[in-house]
Amino acid sequence: MREITYLEAVREAMTQEMERDSRVFLIGEDIGEYGGAFQVTYGMLEKFGPERILDTPITELALTGAAVGAGLIGMRPIAEIMFMDFTTLASEQLVNQAAKLRFMFGGQSTVPMVLRTPAGSGTGAAEHHSQSFENWFVHVPGLKVVMPSTPYDAKGLLVSSIRDDNPVVFIEHKLLYKTKGEVPEELYEIPLGKADIKREGKDLTIVATAIMVQKSLEAAEELAQEGIDVEVVDPRSLRPLDTETIITSIKKTGKVLIVHEAVKTGGFGGELAGVIAESEAFGYLEAPIIRLAGREVPIPYNRNLERAAVPQVEDIVEKARQLATLKV
Amino acid sequence: MGLKKEQAADYLLQMYQIRAFEEQAEKSYMAGKIHGTMHLSIGQEASAVGAISTLNESDYIIGHHRGHGLTIAKGADLDLMMAEFYGKENGYCRGRGGSMHIADVKGGNLGANGVVGGGIPMAVGIGIGLKMEAENKVLLAFFGDGAASTGAFHESMILAVLFQVPVVFICENNQYAMSFAAEDWTTSQKIAAHGELYGLASTSTDGNDLIKVRDAVGEAVDLARKGGGPSLVVNDTYRWRGHSKSDRNRYRTNEEIQEWKDKDPIRRFQKYCLDEKLLTKKEAEEIKEQAYADIEAARVFAESSPEPKVETLEEGVYAP
Repeated sequence: MREITYLEAVREAMTQEMERDSRVFLIGEDIGEYGGAFQVTYGMLEKFGPERILDTPITELALTGAAVGAGLIGMRPIAEIMFMDFTTLASEQLVNQAAKLRFMFGGQSTVPMVLRTPAGSGTGAAEHHSQSFENWFVHVPGLKVVMPSTPYDAKGLLVSSIRDDNPVVFIEHKLLYKTKGEVPEELYEIPLGKADIKREGKDLTIVATAIMVQKSLEAAEELAQEGIDVEVVDPRSLRPLDTETIITSIKKTGKVLIVHEAVKTGGFGGELAGVIAESEAFGYLEAPIIRLAGREVPIPYNRNLERAAVPQVEDIVEKARQLATLKV
Repeated sequence: MGLKKEQAADYLLQMYQIRAFEEQAEKSYMAGKIHGTMHLSIGQEASAVGAISTLNESDYIIGHHRGHGLTIAKGADLDLMMAEFYGKENGYCRGRGGSMHIADVKGGNLGANGVVGGGIPMAVGIGIGLKMEAENKVLLAFFGDGAASTGAFHESMILAVLFQVPVVFICENNQYAMSFAAEDWTTSQKIAAHGELYGLASTSTDGNDLIKVRDAVGEAVDLARKGGGPSLVVNDTYRWRGHSKSDRNRYRTNEEIQEWKDKDPIRRFQKYCLDEKLLTKKEAEEIKEQAYADIEAARVFAESSPEPKVETLEEGVYAP
């Protein structure tokens, strides 16, 4: 199969959905001629024109609200927020409006919309362009939260998100944009709420999100040299969450390491640990549930400090090794 | 533009229904029959009815938290509306939204909103959608003077002009953002001036005069329908009641309230109808009685309606 990048997979999903469904349109800052800050929408203005590629001035709140309103009357908007850090400015419309309209109106309406946004550190962009806020949105009933880790998943999950009748926060990781993988040319859906086992193993389960899936897979290769057989589970969507796949994996391995880039306190790992501890997997645990996550600091500028602020492959190897050899 | 007799009768009926609904809402609250809070628009009826009278049935409105009047003016079923106010299962929102979130989506009412300025960005997107659908529909987007200071308003005006959406933004300037007086920082003219600054056709008008509201909004609706883009109309009016049930009226005088009561929009429109021989005194009195009877029937309907079942609590958060 042909290989394309994660970035191209995102663009292809949007392009093909726009060709298929005239209700789908894009709205965001510098998504026109500029092609978006990360070039995800490059060429789409030429293809679809300014009626469907709505380039806006700096108006995170209003452009997000515009997507909510358009969704409310049956369009299928995709809003791009240039950096996830700026979803702070858009949150009122996303959290108070999009997430609640259906419930609040007693089911009279739906809000089909996608808010795409790149998250994560590793680009030297410092405190205001590097954050991972997924768990803020996971906390809100009415929203769905998706975090693809491969080009294949990015396309299939984005197609499902566009077709979903609920507001979806679609979080792309900047460092994954240039990664390549096999992606079918035709349209396909990956259902939201279906985890994927990225690597099978029997000694230990790593549940990781976004770029931490790739880092965990690298770590797993190293650990394999030492005879530690790691299973890597990627939830792919955090809400809804496929608890079954995660629980089944832990019942098999008896040990779990949770890895994410976002700050540990209040991060998704806490939620995962809770889900696991409350489940039947608890009785199968041979060691405590361990979380490896972002340190309790803003993302700093300096290259070495930035790198130290979030889990790296060597950190995952070390934690997994400790856990694999730990007996309670 | 002169009114026909049926129009005059309709508008007067709607204004009385709004007044009666809100008086009943207050009574039900005082009697302990409903909980929470409410935001009453008594004194602002001409703004709601006059503005919405310019729409076709297939057009849309989106509202603010003081939205009972807008909902009635858009043709809501009074029984379903009162049932929602009572939090009942057969209310418009199955009792999930209550006073602050009544919506009648099929009737083109895209809902009241609990966040000041919350509906304004959505209005831009509704306008984008209407433009794409190309069915010649328009949206009236209502907000208060309090919302005119929010970032949501200013960002949205910029996008509304940029995308030339078929939306009429209507600021119901009732003089107070909770306790903060509009005249302390801005006035109707200044709010309208913001619209002009951003490039919207903007005007302010006497919001207690149904005919003037209807003329101003009607012109803006025509412009939007012809593809002329968005407008801003500021209706100068006044709420007789407090901001919500917590209000102790410490920020204004009884004399001021009385001055505005003397400018009662219903009495004013009724006088107009009598002077123009659109209605007789007897007809006007019958209309008033009809309105109060409609609301009494709605109260009986609401009070005899079923409570939502607690087992259904988690229904409806997500679309299937």
